[in-house]
Amino acid sequence: MVENRPWLTWATHAVLLLGVLVVAFPIYVTFVASTHTLADLVQTPMPLLPGGELVNNYLRALNVGLGEGAGTQAIGAGRMMLNSLVMALGIAGGKIAISIIAAFAIVYFRFPFRMPAFWLIFITLMLPVEVRILPTYQVVADLGMLDSYAGLTIPLIASATATFMFRQVFLTVPDELVEAARIDGAGPMRFFWDILVPLSRTNIAALFVILFIYGWNQYLWPLMITTDPAMVTSVIGINRMLAVGDDQAEWQIVMATTMLAMLPPVAVVVFMQRLFVRGLVETEK
Amino acid sequence: MEKRVIFKGRVLPYLLLLPQIAVTAVFFLWPAGQALRQSMLIEDAFGLGSEFVWFENFVDLFEDPLYFESGLVTAVFSVSVAGLALSLALYLAVQADRVARGGAVYKTLIIWPYAVAPAIAGVLWLLLFNPTMGVLPFVLRALGYDWNHQVNGGQAMVLVVIAAAWKQISYNFLFFLAGMQAIPRSLIEAAAIDGAGPARRFWTIVFPLLTPTTFFLLVINIVYAFFDTFGIIHAVTSGGPAGATNILVYKVFNDGFIGLDLGGSAAQSVVLMAIVASLTVVQFRYVERRVHY
Repeated sequence: MVENRPWLTWATHAVLLLGVLVVAFPIYVTFVASTHTLADLVQTPMPLLPGGELVNNYLRALNVGLGEGAGTQAIGAGRMMLNSLVMALGIAGGKIAISIIAAFAIVYFRFPFRMPAFWLIFITLMLPVEVRILPTYQVVADLGMLDSYAGLTIPLIASATATFMFRQVFLTVPDELVEAARIDGAGPMRFFWDILVPLSRTNIAALFVILFIYGWNQYLWPLMITTDPAMVTSVIGINRMLAVGDDQAEWQIVMATTMLAMLPPVAVVVFMQRLFVRGLVETEK
Repeated sequence: MEKRVIFKGRVLPYLLLLPQIAVTAVFFLWPAGQALRQSMLIEDAFGLGSEFVWFENFVDLFEDPLYFESGLVTAVFSVSVAGLALSLALYLAVQADRVARGGAVYKTLIIWPYAVAPAIAGVLWLLLFNPTMGVLPFVLRALGYDWNHQVNGGQAMVLVVIAAAWKQISYNFLFFLAGMQAIPRSLIEAAAIDGAGPARRFWTIVFPLLTPTTFFLLVINIVYAFFDTFGIIHAVTSGGPAGATNILVYKVFNDGFIGLDLGGSAAQSVVLMAIVASLTVVQFRYVERRVHY
């Protein structure tokens, strides 16, 4: 604050508070909706203060969730969140693993087709899943990876951004370290494990936070390749619970599942904020 | 920039690159090639054979009034999302930059929607705008305005724009705030000594110095509105009512996966790839310049 004008300070805080409230309002209403019975909810308008059904609704969301279809078992929110977790960890871990070794090869070796390989990786930036939906689906179907964790993760783990980021990081590592390592008789893989990986620890953590959120929030891909209810991720599960045709959706259960599905990524952003911000800035370089 | 000191190895670098290249080839290049090939084929009515027709699918596509309409819907949608998310985020960032204390708390409370999946963001706003039980339609009705986005196309568009922009504010806010904090304090103070008030300082100093950030965010926001909002559209409106929110990405999915028009969907994919490619080029040329700046 450059000048001291008390009313301006108050106005600023008022605007910020309003902003925070607008941002939080949908979540508050969702939380309220998850604590009522359906009968209370479908009134016009729905209640705006929490009700007493919190424990019941969340227990039902966790145990019944998607409900029993013809001949299928109920898939609870717990199972959905487990699927989301496997997918998010698989994508984040996979992307980091294959990107860091690719960047290592590109920065620390000279070999024929080095630049073509680099451009090949770059191209993945231009081909998001959304623009090559059908052919990618066909490839995964031909490989027999529908309804599997492999099918959920592997097609999404190629990443130009992560490779670029590690390349930037490696380029700032002093050459003297490589020379010292070579004098001491360390080979390339020894140098990679004992020096490069520890040096990029913070970058890896920051990237992991971003990729975890990215993986957890995937939508189109799991929507297409999972038909088995047991493989449904939490984001898709919510959508399935709402798509009941003419029946009344059980909003209180849907909203309890929504709260549960938002919890892990939001907790990551709030509690690992420094890594999160760092990851966002680094992946955009 | 290249390394001076390197390792020797004939096979090792290829082994290190192999996983990344293999995934790229199998799941990116091959499908993209298939999309290109399929975009020039027409399947017969029984799916038994297909005929090579050069650019006929593209000609059909560009002559299709529905495709044109979908393009228009996409343009309106992305411009509205980018405009709303950028202006609100900038406004909040200016305020957060101004407060002497509590800035970190506000920041935490504003950035967390980044973690919410687009489809979930859609569901949250769907609850708020639900014509029977939603809070906002109730308020609007009290003001004499009837809300039903399941029937009214314009209202459906407003709903998805709000949901999409809500989620993107956090990202823009972070980058605007970082951009503003990088502006030297002395510039602002010099202007204040010369008698420029907060508004004047913003428009003559802060805003021009933020131009690179704003431009970068504009590209990111357009890409977001084009491709990442699929979940919102699918969860909230399914492109309806009557195609009012049928953005291009949703149309590719709908025509190909549900309508099973392989050639037409592939042609749309190719058009979208061209759009992403040009947006990526713009973004990278710009990023190069930002490094010098």
